[in-house]
Amino acid sequence: MTKLESKIIVVTSGKGGVGKTTTSAALGAELANRGYKTVVVDFDIGLRNLDLIMGCERRVIFDFVNVIQGDANLNQALIKDKRSENLFILPASQTRDKDALTTEGVEKVLMELQKEFSFIVCDSPAGIERGALMALYFADEAVVVTNPEVSSVRDSDRIIGVLNSRTKRAEQGSEVKKHLLITRYAHNRAQRGEMLSVEDVQEILAIPLLGVIPESTAVLNASNQGIPVTLGGPSDAKEAYRNAIAFLLGETVETTSQKGWKKLLGGLRLFNRSPV
Amino acid sequence: MSIFKKLLALNANRKSAKVARERLQIVVSHQRSEGGDAEFLPKLRHELLTVICKYVKVDKDQVNVQLQRMNNCSVLELNITLPASELEQGYEQVRIL
Repeated sequence: MTKLESKIIVVTSGKGGVGKTTTSAALGAELANRGYKTVVVDFDIGLRNLDLIMGCERRVIFDFVNVIQGDANLNQALIKDKRSENLFILPASQTRDKDALTTEGVEKVLMELQKEFSFIVCDSPAGIERGALMALYFADEAVVVTNPEVSSVRDSDRIIGVLNSRTKRAEQGSEVKKHLLITRYAHNRAQRGEMLSVEDVQEILAIPLLGVIPESTAVLNASNQGIPVTLGGPSDAKEAYRNAIAFLLGETVETTSQKGWKKLLGGLRLFNRSPV
Repeated sequence: MSIFKKLLALNANRKSAKVARERLQIVVSHQRSEGGDAEFLPKLRHELLTVICKYVKVDKDQVNVQLQRMNNCSVLELNITLPASELEQGYEQVRIL
């Protein structure tokens, strides 16, 4: 596939442990699978984990900070995924401090990546410190990962505020397109009123919904093995991620009523049976 | 535990999402009214105060600067309470939206 106009997507949340890296890996792998040349960049300097989630931890030699500081060139630091020829990762450094990410340095690396890749997925660290701010500063679009839980929703609201005010696009008077991705969702608990529902979260955060990823054993299974969820075996989480990404790409996804039917049929164990 | 108590406990759990939603609505609206992440707000407040003080003697606490985030725009709200002695009309509030 020929390279389209390059797009920078940040995966962010404010709160830690909600599924940013899982989502970055799933998103990167699925985009690559669809033929888009994609790179996933780990912005979590000092606490890199994307390499582990994507299963290339033993192949890291040079990292993002090495490239910024001129100790290595981009091609030396990029790791090509062994499963997908369109998928690359740029790992974060494990040791250096966060101040290594300068605006100029990050911009230079991203501009170089834009020449080569259709999608640049920026995996943000938690918090609203330097690493997180740098991950979102140059973004065209943002996936805000939120758990249906009070602290996660509050932090997502904070990060939406940051996306509205402290990005390059905001400074230029335009805006970053924001998408809400609800992860670790338990439909039946929400129905019983024990968990914030999709509608609750959406109403509070007031940004368009991209998708809902159910709480799933497939996520831990995938991370245990270093396989992005979207490259793993069939699972509810994989299907939900694929739907969300199709939606992100502007494809029409099956309607909720169709999903309802599928869920009912799946519940009867007639369809969607896992081959494993 | 009596059946009645068990039922009460069950009922309390069932409503927890509603409680969460209400708490979040309050905390989020407060967060947004604080201006969230507009770093310039304290500085803006300070500079406004300096300018206003050139003309009217106002109390430091009487200048209220808020930035509210709506769906697709932000509203900067300045609320300045002028003391009665400074203006002949008496107590006056200047509100710029």
